[in-house]
Amino acid sequence: MADTGAGKKRDGDGPIEVRFRGGGFAPRSLRWVGVAVFVVLIAMVQWGTESGWISALTLPKPTDVLATFRELWESGLLFKHLQPSLTRLVIGAALGASTGIAIGVLIGLFSYARAGLVPLVAAIFPIPKIALLPLFVIWFGIDEGSKYALIAFGTFTPTVVATYGAVDNVDRSLIRMGQSFGLSWSSIVRKIVLPGAMPGILSGLRISLAIAIILLVAAEMLGAEYGIGAYILEAGSLYDLERLFAGVVILSLLGVLVSALIGFLEKRLLGWRI
Amino acid sequence: MAAVSSHAGMLSGSYRVGMDIKLDGISHHYGHTEVLRNISLDIPAGQIVCLVGPSGCGKSTLLRLIGGLERPGNGRVLQVGAPPADSLNPLTFVFQDFALLPWRSVKGNVSLVLEDHGIRGKRSKAIIDDVLNRTKLADFADALPKQLSGGMKQRVAIARALAVNPAVMLMDEPLSALDAQTRELLMDDLVALWTRQPFTAVYVTHNLAEAVRLGHTIVVLSRRPGRIREIISIDTPISERRAGDPVCQRKHDLLWELMREEARAADEELIDG
Repeated sequence: MADTGAGKKRDGDGPIEVRFRGGGFAPRSLRWVGVAVFVVLIAMVQWGTESGWISALTLPKPTDVLATFRELWESGLLFKHLQPSLTRLVIGAALGASTGIAIGVLIGLFSYARAGLVPLVAAIFPIPKIALLPLFVIWFGIDEGSKYALIAFGTFTPTVVATYGAVDNVDRSLIRMGQSFGLSWSSIVRKIVLPGAMPGILSGLRISLAIAIILLVAAEMLGAEYGIGAYILEAGSLYDLERLFAGVVILSLLGVLVSALIGFLEKRLLGWRI
Repeated sequence: MAAVSSHAGMLSGSYRVGMDIKLDGISHHYGHTEVLRNISLDIPAGQIVCLVGPSGCGKSTLLRLIGGLERPGNGRVLQVGAPPADSLNPLTFVFQDFALLPWRSVKGNVSLVLEDHGIRGKRSKAIIDDVLNRTKLADFADALPKQLSGGMKQRVAIARALAVNPAVMLMDEPLSALDAQTRELLMDDLVALWTRQPFTAVYVTHNLAEAVRLGHTIVVLSRRPGRIREIISIDTPISERRAGDPVCQRKHDLLWELMREEARAADEELIDG
């Protein structure tokens, strides 16, 4: 009688156990859950398309997508599309991220750079970069130039914002310490400010690089014969769902790959974090 | 006996001793708040001068002024006599929050302050080994700060300060972030370091027990605006002082008598009043 509803009900003066209330808010790493979500979703789509519950116009059969993918692999077309896309992605993102980090550090360090560039960056940030593609074609040519520019421009702004925020967040007491030991300005920047800003810069890169992948497709809308984006757009205009989805899967895998790459960098560079 | 021999070391060819610090009429404001008023003080070489006072009396500000991290509103901080030739950074801080770079190992944190002076390789290793031995950290050279306890972190910061061979150590509440037992141990370490090789130090603290244990001279500041209320010297050599030592206890009580009212008043003040 006294024990019903443990900890809630009390009879007389009997001791009650203290209710545990300190759980949660501590993410654990559960790798298999993510995989399980994918498997369940894909299985549902497969079942739906096979039973006719999902019409062929709505979604392709996952097995058909896989077959298309295999065909793409075996014909060698996959690499023909992947190679120019990866080149564009790497060059564009490297350009955008490196100038973004450089400008972000300048904004973080110099008041004039901050006063002059923060409003400019705020003005550029919300422009859909895709809208500027025709302009870039005129400026940089219809070949690779405009594609690099679009991807670079798209990665640039979020990188700048993340970088100067990260520089602002570097522990000032560490900088004072550097000054109190008579370290030179460049030593303080290289050995204290940059490593201190690294966590913020890397988490900014996660976002910037995802944006770079999005813009890759946009960049290949004009004047690209090969490339994942061109492949997807062509499939889209022919309403070839199997190929469309095969292309989308490649982009997703690219995203997972980039995210894993940054995760690896974080492990290597930020092992000192608590 | 230990004190005598260390004193002899001080006179004969010791390179640490030789630069005094002289504060000449220092006053300082933050905006409209006057924090320090007309402070004149001599800090003689080879001694530990403790600055005590109620919270907010400007003692840490005074330390930053001495170390050149802030510019005094009025008055001057003077170095009297040249710092030893091999001193890389004559005025060297030890901070309350340790200020270690979390991405560098113990060794790397010490090496940070040597790199800028072009000291690398063998010479750097010799200095690092020496200071880590003196602070009993030799076994932890490759550990990261996150692996260390608070007391060890502060020993790393002290090792880093020793590495640049300072003429004057500026210690800003170095033991305040540590628990009482660790503080006790680290005080012993500081005493041992000083006994082995006397250094000049300005030691800011609000802990009177630390002041009477480590200070040759104890400067009591009044509450804001900080002025010098009293300068007390303790003649017992610091290596012979013990907790509960009657002389130290008397000085401790005297200091507390001086500070009690001020501390109460300071406690009841608004921060930006």
